[in-house]
This record gives sequence, C-alpha cells and structure tokens, in this order.
Amino acid sequence: MKHAFSKLLLAIIIISFLAPACKPKGVESAVSGDAAQKTYVAPGKYDEFYDFVSGGFSGQMSVYGIPSGRLFRVIPVFSVDPEKGYGYSEETKAMLNTSHGFVPWDDLHHIALSETDGVQDGRWVFGNGNNTPRIARVDLKTFRTAEIIEIPNSAGNHSSPFITENSEYVVAGTRFSIPMDNSNDDVPINTYKQNFRGTVSFIAVDKNTGGMKINFQILLPGVNFDLARAGKGKSHGWMFFSCYNSERANTLLEVNASQKDKDFILCVNWKKAEEYLAAGKGQKQSVKYAHNLYDEKKHMASSTIENEVTVLDPKDCPDMVYFMPCPKSPHGCDTDPTGEYIVGSGKLAAVIPVFSFTKIQQAIASKNFDGDYEGIPVLKYDAVLHGEVQKPGLGPLHTEFDANGNAYTSFFVSSEVVKWNIKDLKVLDRVPTYYSVGHLSVPGGPTKKPWGKYLIAYNKITKDRYLPTGPELAQSAQLYDISGDKMKLILDFPTIGEPHYAEAIPADLIMKNSQKIYKIEENANPYATIGDKNARVERKGNEVHVYMTAIRSHFTPDNIEGVKMGDVVYFHVTNLEQDWDVPHGFAVKGANNAELLIMPGETQTLSWKPEKPGVYPMYCTDFCSALHQEMQGYIRVSAAGSNVPITFSTGKTNPEPAPAPSK
Amino acid sequence: MKLKQITILTLLLSGTIITLIACGSGGEKKTTETTQPAATTTDNAQKEKDNKRGIGKFTKVDIPATLDKAMADAGNKIYDTKCMSCHRLTDEKLVGPGWKGVTSRRTPEWIMNFATNTDEMLANDPQAQALLETCLVRMPNQSLTDDDARHVYEFMRKNDGVK
Repeated sequence: MKHAFSKLLLAIIIISFLAPACKPKGVESAVSGDAAQKTYVAPGKYDEFYDFVSGGFSGQMSVYGIPSGRLFRVIPVFSVDPEKGYGYSEETKAMLNTSHGFVPWDDLHHIALSETDGVQDGRWVFGNGNNTPRIARVDLKTFRTAEIIEIPNSAGNHSSPFITENSEYVVAGTRFSIPMDNSNDDVPINTYKQNFRGTVSFIAVDKNTGGMKINFQILLPGVNFDLARAGKGKSHGWMFFSCYNSERANTLLEVNASQKDKDFILCVNWKKAEEYLAAGKGQKQSVKYAHNLYDEKKHMASSTIENEVTVLDPKDCPDMVYFMPCPKSPHGCDTDPTGEYIVGSGKLAAVIPVFSFTKIQQAIASKNFDGDYEGIPVLKYDAVLHGEVQKPGLGPLHTEFDANGNAYTSFFVSSEVVKWNIKDLKVLDRVPTYYSVGHLSVPGGPTKKPWGKYLIAYNKITKDRYLPTGPELAQSAQLYDISGDKMKLILDFPTIGEPHYAEAIPADLIMKNSQKIYKIEENANPYATIGDKNARVERKGNEVHVYMTAIRSHFTPDNIEGVKMGDVVYFHVTNLEQDWDVPHGFAVKGANNAELLIMPGETQTLSWKPEKPGVYPMYCTDFCSALHQEMQGYIRVSAAGSNVPITFSTGKTNPEPAPAPSK
Repeated sequence: MKLKQITILTLLLSGTIITLIACGSGGEKKTTETTQPAATTTDNAQKEKDNKRGIGKFTKVDIPATLDKAMADAGNKIYDTKCMSCHRLTDEKLVGPGWKGVTSRRTPEWIMNFATNTDEMLANDPQAQALLETCLVRMPNQSLTDDDARHVYEFMRKNDGVK
C-alpha cells in the first residue's frame, strides 16, 4: 500500500515537471510531445538513415544522420576544400578542370542515389553543378568524388541529375537556353527566339564502374528546363522534364515568362531515342567538355577534354518527345512509386495537376494533340489529366511519396507541407514549416520502394529558428514523423550551404561497404614512398621532389636542405598507417596553398614555391598520437646561386654540418 | 588427474574471458577486471605462460630450429613498408624498441598477437602496456594478416642470427 502510494507520488512529480513543456506556445505548438524520444540517438548508437543533402551554393554535399540530424561529413564535390586539400593538392586539382579551365566553385542543387530495379542500391550518389554545367559521381565506399563530367550545349544545369530505375541514365537539362556551342554564339541577346535553344542530355552510367558518358542530347526549343523525374515500372523508358518560359522571354522573366496560362512538361521516350541513335539519326557536333576521373589506386585525378557529342533533333525523330501542358510555371515534376502518376507543381498555380501515364499513352496513340509547339506535338491537357488537387495551398514546389499511396507536396508561399492521396486527390493533412519550404525528402521517396517513416523539409528562410548569428544564418531543415495519419514535427537542424534536394537511404545499405583504409600494397601513386627505405629528395631542374612518409609520429625525411630560390618543391607525402581513422595532415609555413589531409595508405602532393631564403617549419595538422605535437620538421631554402647540396634525414642526431651558403 | 582438472578449469575460465571480451561491452576496464578472478584460480606457471603468449588467436606457434629463408624475405618486405619507420634492426629505440634480440625477449605467440591484435593487446596485455608507458606512442595496427605476422617473425629470427 505504502509502495503504491510512493509510486503515485512519483508519477505526480514527473507529470508536474513535464506539463509545462507540453503547454502550447507560439510555433512550438507544432512540436509533438514525444519528439525527443523519436530523434534521440544515444551516444555510441547509430542513426537509421544516411541523408545525402545538396549544399547549394556551397558546391558540396553533406551527410547527416536521420533521425538525429547530426552532421557526419561534408563531401567536397564542385568547390575547393582547403581542410581536405581538395582542389589544392596536385592529385585533386584535375577534378575541377572544365572547358573554361580550373573552376573552384559551383552550385550543387540535386541529389540522385543509384538504383537497381527502382530501389536504392547504395553504390553511388550523383550531384549536379548548376553554374558551369557538370554532373559529379560520389563513390559511397569512400564518400569521395570519383568522377565529374561537364555538359556541353548547356547553361544552368538545373534539371539534373535525376536517375532512371536501373541507373541507366542520369539526365541534364538546360535552365538557360543559349546559342549552341558549335554555332556562331556571338549574337544579339534580343535574337533569342531565332538563335537560342535548349537541350536535355542523357548521360549513361556504366553498371559496373559507374563511369559516365554522354550518350546523346536532344535539341529543343529555347525554353527553361527546370526539374525532371524518370518514369518507373510501367513508365520506365520515359523521362519527364518540367519547363517554364514557353514565352521565350530573354529579359525580366519574373513578368515576361509568366504570361501564359500553361507551360509544359516534356515527355521523352528515351528508349525510342536510343533506337534513333542506333539508326544513325544523331548528328555529331564538335564541342568541348571536360571529363575528370579520380583513380582510387593512384589516388590521383586525370582530366580529359572530349570533343564530340551526338545530338538528336526531334524533327528527324518523330514520336520521341511530346509537350504536356502544365499550369503556370511548373517546377516539381514527380513520378509516384507505381510510375502511373506524374505530379506537376506550377509555382503560381492554385491546383496540383496529376497526369496519368496510361492516358498519356492513349493520347499519343490516338494523336489527341492540341497543335504543336515549335514542331513538337502538344498533348491535350484534359486527355492526359488524372485530376487536380483542389485548393492545396499556395506555391506548390515539390512532391515526395510514401509506400501507402500518399503524396507530400511542399508549398513555398504558404510555408506548409500538405499530405494528399494520389488516387482520390483528397487533402489528408497539413503542417506548417519554418519557413518557406523548398524541397522535401522521404527516405526512398523518389523510388519504387519508399522506406517512409520520416519526411524532411528543407526551408529557404530561417529567421528566428536558432540563436541569431548576425545577418547570415544557417539554413534550416525540419524533420517530421510521417508514420501515423498525422505528420508530426520532431526536429529542427541547421545545414551547410543552401540545401535543395536530398535523398535518405537506410544505413545498412551503405555502412557495410564503407572503406576503412587504402591498402599500402595497392598504392599505385607514381610518387608514393612505400617504406622509409624509399624516402628521398630528388632535384629535377628547378623542381625538388620530396618523397616523404608519415607515421605516428614523424615524417621521413624531416630535415631537408638544398632547396634554392626559384625552385618548386613537391611534397609527396605517403601515410604508412594501415589502421582506420589515422590520417596525417601536412602543412608548410607560408605556402600559398592549403594543407594535405592524407588517409592511411594514401599519397598526396603539396606544391610549394618559397618566396625567400630561410628555414621553414612543416608539421602534421591532424592530431595523431600523444606525440603529435612532435611530428614536425624543417626545410631550408637558400639563395638562387647557393652551393648547398640536397641533403635529407630523419633522426640523425649528429648531422655533418652543411656548408654555409656562398655569397 | 590433478593436471586434467586444472586444464579443464583453465579452459572453462578462458572460455568465459573470451565470451566477455567478445561481447565488447566492457572496453578496457571490464575486460581487465574479468581477467583477475581467472588469474587467482590458475596456477602461477600457467599464468606466466599465458602472459608470455599475449592476447589473440595465436596460442601455440611451432617454430622449427632452422630459418625459412623465403618466409624471412617476405617478412623483410613487410618490415620495409610497415615497420621500419619506428623499429630499427639494432637495439636502438626509435619510436618503438629496436628488434635486436626480440625473439629471445618475447614468445612468437606474443609478437604475432601484438602485430595482429594490436588494440586489444594495448588495452589488456600487461607487457604491451608496459611498453606503451615507455614509448608513449601506441603501436599502430598495420593490418598484418596472420601470414604476414609469421613472416615478420621469421625475419626477426633472421635478424637475431638464426640460420
């Protein structure tokens, strides 16, 4: 009896503590009571999902854990990263080469995880470079950028890199239409309608290596291609691209590209395109674009400039592309898990149109067209429409799906996520976002097999969500539990850059393949130092090559003399460690460069041009052992005409005195 | 009869220890604690022998009297790449101890366990811990295979003058 009483007392005390926290108060009222339990991942425990998040104007890709919202890694993709030496080391510079030369930055908007039979397979993740059109492939064994391919005949590679259900293709569509690369492109801007064209590119992905190749481009009218999705299941073999500016305006698009009641979704029958390609209907065009590959064995990137691309013109290839009318500047264009429904989201529309793939096929078969646009047949809106979601909200942008026949659409203007049923188009639930949501992501949401459970909203406006940090704020993401009928906000987390699209994938599809070290026996870098016996310094004209090893906690060699003014010194540092999570860093005083961060078994090279004679310290930047602070050395630089010979050593306690520099 | 009992007891106890270690719940402290009760019930000779073997999969390695030259050469190659940065072939201590005489100071089992099971040895083996106290840099796990470890041991024997 007494025991029961004390239990009751305890319960009352707990409740009285919890009660104030449950009290509705402003925006916090949207948070459900069990949010902490649902997002708490105890120390040492793992998250359920990896979340690959585009970095937007940071040019990188970040990796978070869901449901905790913890940041694990920022993968350098299109922007240099001095922290990792990416774009600074001799080995990685070539990754950022383009037909415009070395480009140290880009704007990464969208993520595409590789798929097999419409299900995420955890092998690669692709991202697009928006500004200088490129697609990157990141290898999910190493979480490193493995390949970057530039896209010719393109500007503003926005509707990219959306992927087909067996990763046959990632696509790239031009946001800006432009004069084609091989034409006379010095033309008056107001000749837009005559001279500017758009393209969509189909980049084939090798199913074993992931290697990319531009299989073909399709030449299209000068509209702005925006987003895309592949068909799946019954619509596999088709790709859908939203486009705006069917007015083909070249100035003040905010007004001039919003004149028409409807723009288009472009439907591409890419299997048909492949037939035309095989039949030789393509035209080979002379263009220039860079193709960069990172060799995992040599730990080194190479860049090749390609000279040719094959272009298919719809006028030579009937029944390959169709325009489907879509209200008011469509943005998102998302296919549901069955592949039957294509959801268009007009940024200025008051409804969400849902198109039926079956009806599209029927309309094509019966030539139920509403004329043509620049020679391309336009399907009749009513003939292909499954239905419209009425009064969903203001400013629909993007739609993701769960496995239960529900769609989730983001509304930028009214700052909310709306859940609706795909079949009967009824709105089921709505929740506010803070604030002005852009993309949404459900784990597996764009595939045939959504994993569901969570929805993440990537908001464009942060305002008062976090402690203020001056005028510039972190972008805000919000996590919702969607396992029940009602969506529940359970977490806010800040993000890197400005995320656009993101994709989440169950952790076990990735973590089992994660690489721990580079095997030293397989290190094929031509500048590798495999063992201290091979550590040395060599002069080649005015180049000094330092073949150096690093292991806890010293460099070999760590005393170097004989460098002269006018020399370029190349530090080729090999990390001899063979244990997980023991990188060494390398930095030299005054280097107009970054540091190196060298993984176990890897070789990386830093170039350094000394600016005056003297003794320069160098040291390990990544805390590696109790004697990390001892991991250092010196390099002596003498005047140009000096007779100081090249010498090098480590641990030589009684070195012979090197001669003083001759004057 | 007595000997047999002790053997069974030892087997049982070591089984418990292995199970406890395999659970991975304890980390350094717990596994150290669990070795202590085992030590009190094992006779001193056995304890000393176990300590000399270290912790790991190598419990008994048969070493022939003469050198296997091919193995020693393979070991030399591994030494050049993975060991030389810290270990001299003389008795000079660099980062780690010099290798001269190591095959008479240590059992082959202890050396091979240390080379392949480095982190656990540093966590739980008293002799490895004593070395860490003098060297202060944890010996890196250099991802040696079992064969690699045997080859390196043969190279150590060659270095110690075995023909």
